[in-house]
Amino acid sequence: MPKHTLIAYVEDVPGVLNRVASLFRRRNFNIDSLTVGRTEQAGVSRLTVVVDATDAGARIVEANLYKLVNVLRVDDLTHKPALNRELGLVKVKVTAATRSQVLEFVDMFRARVVDVDEESLVIEVTGTPEKIGKFEMVLRPYGILELVRTGSVSMARGHDKLTANPPLVRAEVRSGAAADDHSHAGISMSV
Amino acid sequence: MKLTGAEIIWECLIREGVDVVFGYPGGAILPTYDAMTKYPQIHHVLTRHEQGATHMADGYARASGKVGVAIATSGPGATNMVTGIATAMMDSSPIVCITGQVGSRALGTDAFQETDVTGVTLPVTKHNYLVTKTADIARVIREAFYIAKSGRPGPVLVDITKDAQQLTAEFDWEAAAPKLPGYRPSLRALPSEYERALELINSAKRPVILAGQGIKLSGATAQVLELADTARIPIAVTLLGLGVVPASSPFNLGMMGMHGEAWVNQAIQQADLLIALGMRFDDRVTGNLKTYAPHAKKIHVEIDPSEVNKNVHVDVPLIGDLREVLEELLPKVRTSDRGEWWAKIAEMKGDSAVRDIQALPDNGHLYAAHVINDLWRATKDRETIVVTDVGQHQMWEAQYYRHEKPRSLITSGGLGTMGFALPAAIGAKFACPEKDVWVVVGDGGFQMTSCELATAEQEGIKVNVAIINNAFLGMVRQWQEFFYEKRYAATPMTGPDFVKLAEAYRLNGLRCDKRAEVNATVKATLADKRTTVVDFVVEQEDAVFPMVPAGADLDAMIRRPKREILAESGADKEWQMPNGESAAVSELALTGGPSKAASVPAAKRKPAPSLKKKSARTAPVAKAGKSKRR
Repeated sequence: MPKHTLIAYVEDVPGVLNRVASLFRRRNFNIDSLTVGRTEQAGVSRLTVVVDATDAGARIVEANLYKLVNVLRVDDLTHKPALNRELGLVKVKVTAATRSQVLEFVDMFRARVVDVDEESLVIEVTGTPEKIGKFEMVLRPYGILELVRTGSVSMARGHDKLTANPPLVRAEVRSGAAADDHSHAGISMSV
Repeated sequence: MKLTGAEIIWECLIREGVDVVFGYPGGAILPTYDAMTKYPQIHHVLTRHEQGATHMADGYARASGKVGVAIATSGPGATNMVTGIATAMMDSSPIVCITGQVGSRALGTDAFQETDVTGVTLPVTKHNYLVTKTADIARVIREAFYIAKSGRPGPVLVDITKDAQQLTAEFDWEAAAPKLPGYRPSLRALPSEYERALELINSAKRPVILAGQGIKLSGATAQVLELADTARIPIAVTLLGLGVVPASSPFNLGMMGMHGEAWVNQAIQQADLLIALGMRFDDRVTGNLKTYAPHAKKIHVEIDPSEVNKNVHVDVPLIGDLREVLEELLPKVRTSDRGEWWAKIAEMKGDSAVRDIQALPDNGHLYAAHVINDLWRATKDRETIVVTDVGQHQMWEAQYYRHEKPRSLITSGGLGTMGFALPAAIGAKFACPEKDVWVVVGDGGFQMTSCELATAEQEGIKVNVAIINNAFLGMVRQWQEFFYEKRYAATPMTGPDFVKLAEAYRLNGLRCDKRAEVNATVKATLADKRTTVVDFVVEQEDAVFPMVPAGADLDAMIRRPKREILAESGADKEWQMPNGESAAVSELALTGGPSKAASVPAAKRKPAPSLKKKSARTAPVAKAGKSKRR
């Protein structure tokens, strides 16, 4: 299933994350990752949701997200020039013999060692989800004791600033993509 | 002005124009009930179950177009509301439910009668609130009403902690005006989409309008009729759309879908353009999506963008209020006569007419379709609202009661909620006290909420209840008959003596089991000042025709045998199944074969066989008097 990266600006009110997550579940879309944090505007949080969906399915998700009263704006960054970043922390086993090899990989991936122990290192790595996946792959033979990833956060490139709350929203259907069983062709809002 | 939270609730309801609320008190909502005594201008209807309260609020909303209000306590009171809320959600009915919640300091401790009601109702509300501060109550209630009635209407739940009801805060109605930056009930379509829609409408040879409930919600009946008249476009109607255009309009073909008339579905399948107005291509309307209207371009006028392209790929979406969209389109719609298309439709209609059960002469048995048709004849010159439950009787009502006005039919479409009819009818009667309200209900659904007869009695209101009693869960039985080789598992159903039941509630009870007596029974029902329950004892094994089996092609219908075939008395009958095979038919109603069951009053009717007996489990249930000749 292809993945889509959706950005949702939401009001920072109790329960809003539950509303968003529940929407994906009840519309039968699988969330690949979901991150949420504050923005430069008080009272506005921003979610990055990576979801298993076709283009058409993603538009249905987008239109449904807009129906949530606390959702201010939704954007699909999948086909736009965008930055996708994720943070990973990896606790990896090392011995006197392997330590330098691991450190070499840390260098190559522009990662950072944040904790050193006789038998392990904790490494912090940021980058695209693919890069972190690759990093995990090269460290796996040494013995990964613990691994945690934050999930993707995304931002469009360029100096344009997205308005969290556009004054006018028009509905528009992007053509293409005939509906199959669940990958409905969809509609989205433009501002 | 400093008021308690409870007083603020009532002050807000008064300002929202609420004159009646439906509810049931309990611990966590008691402060609000206590304050109620200071606000006599709002009438409180004590229901017998919180589900009843929500259906009443829903029926009130559907009959009046205003927001219906239901009130309940925390925990079980609130969870009892869920079915009614889900019903309102599926049918876009504007209701506001106010529930009490345990004190804010007890939240999350599994306190007595605590339930996370905002969590429970999240998927079945348009929006919901948990209010823990008195100062928030006025704003939240204003927002709740605004959200419930604007855009695509729907249910909103407001859960208020007990302490928020008890404490005081400044009440300022003006300052509490809704500010909802993320809520956009009125989106607008792009001009280019209007142009494409007009091109399609003006060039179509075989267009069909699909008329849904949105026409009623938007008040766009006149515009739809003008579109049909200008461009001579036939109109097919959804179940919830019945009445949005008059049944007597020459452009109105009738209901589409699973139990729609054959010619309507055939017209849709042969159309080259579908103009969908305020409907959502429900699976009961489309049948198999892969073969649905294969030659047709589709224009979808809809206020909710998430409905567009959800089930059916649409060529032109027009998002917005239906009436506004049509007003934009109408001046540019070209006149046309489309004579060929209408001739084709007349041909298809002729074939269906001979299969109509109305053509069957009175053979001494009472058929549900005849009850409905005679009910319509007896009530058509009065201002009447019919409220149906869910099942066979609902489909017969849709087929044989001819609705001329919007809001003259109230029925649970999307969720298909059995038990909806009686409480919804009580709500409708409060909305329209000057109109006759008829409940058309099966013996199964009626038993789910018949306790609300006590509410009708206590309130002294009159609704007229027509129980279509076949001692079966009829629609389920029909599916078992068609698709499960007549294994009638758990569908035979006994009931109380409904006449005595009515009398036990100090109401009027009547029974009718003869076609010739339906009219007189209806008149007697209307003549009594009390709520009257009529037990129409009908043929047990009749089926709703035509029927599109779930997931089959829309025009691949199981049809009634033609009248000529019926005339051959005694011969075994076969239904045409869509795949060309013939389905086994019991001696269906239509043959007029012997059916002692139908001719004895329900009270004396043989009870459904006990399923404890092994033999009874597989035997067709209405064996009373049914000789099997196959």
